[in-house]
Amino acid sequence: MMDSTEPIYKGLKDIGIDFIVSVPCVNLSKLLNDVDEDEDIIHVPVTREEEGIGICAGAYLGGKRPAILMQNSGLGNSINALKSLTELYGFPLIMVMSHRGTEGEGIIGQVPMGQSTPKILEGMDFKYFKPSNPEEAYENISRSWDLSVEEGKPVSILLEISYW
Amino acid sequence: MARYEAIKDIMENIEDELVVCNIGFPSRELYEIDDKDKNFYMIGSMGLASSIGLGLALAKPDSDVVVIDGDGSLLMNMGSLVTVFANNPSNLTWIVIDNGAYGSTGNQDTYAQKIDLVDIAKSVGFKNSYDFNDIDLKEIIKSENASFIVYRTEAGNSKAPIIDLDPVSIKKRFMSSLD
Repeated sequence: MMDSTEPIYKGLKDIGIDFIVSVPCVNLSKLLNDVDEDEDIIHVPVTREEEGIGICAGAYLGGKRPAILMQNSGLGNSINALKSLTELYGFPLIMVMSHRGTEGEGIIGQVPMGQSTPKILEGMDFKYFKPSNPEEAYENISRSWDLSVEEGKPVSILLEISYW
Repeated sequence: MARYEAIKDIMENIEDELVVCNIGFPSRELYEIDDKDKNFYMIGSMGLASSIGLGLALAKPDSDVVVIDGDGSLLMNMGSLVTVFANNPSNLTWIVIDNGAYGSTGNQDTYAQKIDLVDIAKSVGFKNSYDFNDIDLKEIIKSENASFIVYRTEAGNSKAPIIDLDPVSIKKRFMSSLD
């Protein structure tokens, strides 16, 4: 049995992700360390997720394969950019989200956005995966880049609290 | 003089640099003044010109990137000053045309009238934070740090028409122009 971070890191590497922007989540700590130590990945921590969406668009223009790592709260901070930049121009983008406010959440403040996150993605007409174990996470991420290119839209991986 | 003349002035210094241009009239005016494959015109997502420029500059370290931004757009994404400074891509030159107005929506005043953007960028840490009148843009583009330049003008738009390229074509044309 793989640990929960390894298949995400390996999945992103295997689809050629070489440019990552991030806003941290405690559940992404190990993944962020792995990314930081990887010399083949440009890692840009950002002040707010929305600017990260712009940075990812620029990186793709420059020939990179970008992904954003963030909490699902960052989706809320990025909605217009994801529509008026990423989708408008057909930029591919992988969004790996720690999905807080799901079963097992200890912080009440995470619950409202957590409950609405899948519905927001559906309303935006963006595809997402919700893997329940490491094997599924690897498999979902493996398909995500081609799907994002084909759709011309971001594709999300939602990692609920129970995933970890 | 207003933004149109400022963009003309800036573009006289541009040869094969990659240009990312702010949404609205700035992009329309640039398109009319000096359309090139290496221009990326923003059609949406106000505030993100410098972020797109940062991603591009980090991805293409051997190309020079020039961002043409506006004061209202900068105010919408002030965090970008910190992120650009912290990453300090030497190939990025970020020019803010400061006309103190939301030009594309009817020239409503911006708070930039009450502050000094050059001083703000200096206080963040930018070594190269200058008024356009005090520099040679060609030299600044080649300098060893990320640069932040403010070009002060009066408010006002030209009659430049809406860009007749669709966003996906803008993207493809831009990417095809890169080596």
